[in-house]
Amino acid sequence: MTNAIEAEGLIKKYGDVVALDGLDLEVAEGTVMGLLGPNGAGKTTTVRILTTLLVPDAGRATVVGHDVVSDARALRRVIGLSGQNAAVDEHLTGFENLDMVGRLYHLGRTRSRERAHELLERFDLVEAGGRPAKGYSGGMRRRLDLAAALVAEPPVLFLDEPTTGLDPRGRLGMWDVIADLVRGGTTLLLTTQYLEEADRLADKIAVIDHGTVIAQGTADELKAQVGGERIEFTLTDAGQIGAACAALASLGSGAARTDASARRVTLPVDGGAAVLVAAIRELDAAGIAVQDVGLRRPTLDDVFLSLTGHAAEIEAEQADDEPDTGQQDSSQQDSSQQKEVASR
Amino acid sequence: MSAMTEAAGDAFVITKRNLIKIKRVPDLLVFTTLSPIMFVLLFAYVFGSAINVPGVGYKEFLIAGIFVQTVVFGSTFTGYSLAEDLQKGIIDRFRSLPMAPSAVLYGRTLSDVVNNVISLAVMALTGLLVGWRIHTSFAGAVLGFVLILLFAYAISWVMALVGLLVRTPEIVNNAAFIVIFPLTFIANTFVPTNNFPEPLKTFANWNPVSAVTQAAREQFGNTSPLLPVPDVWALQHAVAYSLIWVILLLVVFIPLSIRQYGKAASR
Repeated sequence: MTNAIEAEGLIKKYGDVVALDGLDLEVAEGTVMGLLGPNGAGKTTTVRILTTLLVPDAGRATVVGHDVVSDARALRRVIGLSGQNAAVDEHLTGFENLDMVGRLYHLGRTRSRERAHELLERFDLVEAGGRPAKGYSGGMRRRLDLAAALVAEPPVLFLDEPTTGLDPRGRLGMWDVIADLVRGGTTLLLTTQYLEEADRLADKIAVIDHGTVIAQGTADELKAQVGGERIEFTLTDAGQIGAACAALASLGSGAARTDASARRVTLPVDGGAAVLVAAIRELDAAGIAVQDVGLRRPTLDDVFLSLTGHAAEIEAEQADDEPDTGQQDSSQQDSSQQKEVASR
Repeated sequence: MSAMTEAAGDAFVITKRNLIKIKRVPDLLVFTTLSPIMFVLLFAYVFGSAINVPGVGYKEFLIAGIFVQTVVFGSTFTGYSLAEDLQKGIIDRFRSLPMAPSAVLYGRTLSDVVNNVISLAVMALTGLLVGWRIHTSFAGAVLGFVLILLFAYAISWVMALVGLLVRTPEIVNNAAFIVIFPLTFIANTFVPTNNFPEPLKTFANWNPVSAVTQAAREQFGNTSPLLPVPDVWALQHAVAYSLIWVILLLVVFIPLSIRQYGKAASR
């Protein structure tokens, strides 16, 4: 499969601040790549370089074979961009906005108008199309902005945080629209702070932090890097922790980990709910009282926090040997795990 | 389509977009029409009651000065609008489109000429109401107005560069005020320069605002036989000196602004 987007060793500095620190990225044609990272990780800078808005200090990048610097004008013909702060002209109507963008893509007068009508219909803006965008809701503006990015039916689309600032309903609506769009074979680079969004929309996810890609893969691959399923028990009596470990020993796929202060035993398992039932029986038979129990699968939240949240805090906080037990403990995870993931 | 026609077409699309805004935002129209009326009335009656220009009524003397001052201030709107588009991310959208990079700036400056034409028309009507008259020919009047508009157009390009360099539209207004206020007042716009102390007098006599004002007065026939033109080349050859400034500003600021547009990044 050929790559629609390729970036190699991108570096961008703003004064002393390093926004991109040697970022590499490949996005295969017709796939959705999610760039996931906290604020200031370099997501927007990456998009701005790939859409020719910024010139990188070093490194090279191409979109559908066009170099972002030397071939910028031709590159702009094959991309659509929908930015972070819905860049529609609020004094123009929805129709006028789309018509103007069509004219600037040089679609011609007739085709621009046709296309504007088509897109208003597709994005459920027919009624609002004759009103200035000033009166639109946040969700409507986003849809109009996305429609503007699609005017020339570009083969490659960049969406920079397409749902930031939308209410949950608006976000769900936007997801449907985007999912629908990529079914048509458009290559999409999407940036987001929401794991759920990347999980739902992206074929592949690149986690970026401090201007580099620190982990990459499908959502499942990333989850696997954090670890498999585990059962978490919270006991009524901390004194029974030892007994609990003994009772559970044969059921785990690895050694149980314990946390006396939280009266907690965490057991890595294969086999999910069936093991959970067996484990509860064993504890019951051994007379160990359990206050709370749950089967946990790693989420992208775990991945995200273990990769970025931890990395951000490790300098200030002495990392201890607390193993990965999910969200609550992720700020104290072992640095070796992070290194291991980063080295892949 | 050749590159030139394409660029012209793009500039036309942007001009149209900017003009729609004039139609949709009534506040802007109020600014472009009411404030010139206010200026004409204020200066004509407040200053006019105290200032005596020999050989010609103060209102006759004043109008060309008010015209020039108002359109020069009006051209700050170019910078303001560009800074606003930059802030709102609209420039980002334009820059991601395969359009001519100069089109946004040509479109902007051209639509601001329309703004200035509206201002001039309103001021001229108000002027006629308070007693100002053109004593020359129709051609002379047209030449006078065209010269004023050309000068404002050149200043628009200076403001375009300022608008692309600063971070918020408000800064454009504040920065422009600091420069434009002295520029339009240390000149022959509101009072003759004869009694200015040196070195203000030298500055005023070589100030392009004075030359444009002097040229307009000559074209409108608003000069006074009792008020000799100061003996400096700039004012003796007001039309030529004005045009030199227009060309100079355009030659310097069009390429600078287009270059800055290519680099402009929001936030």
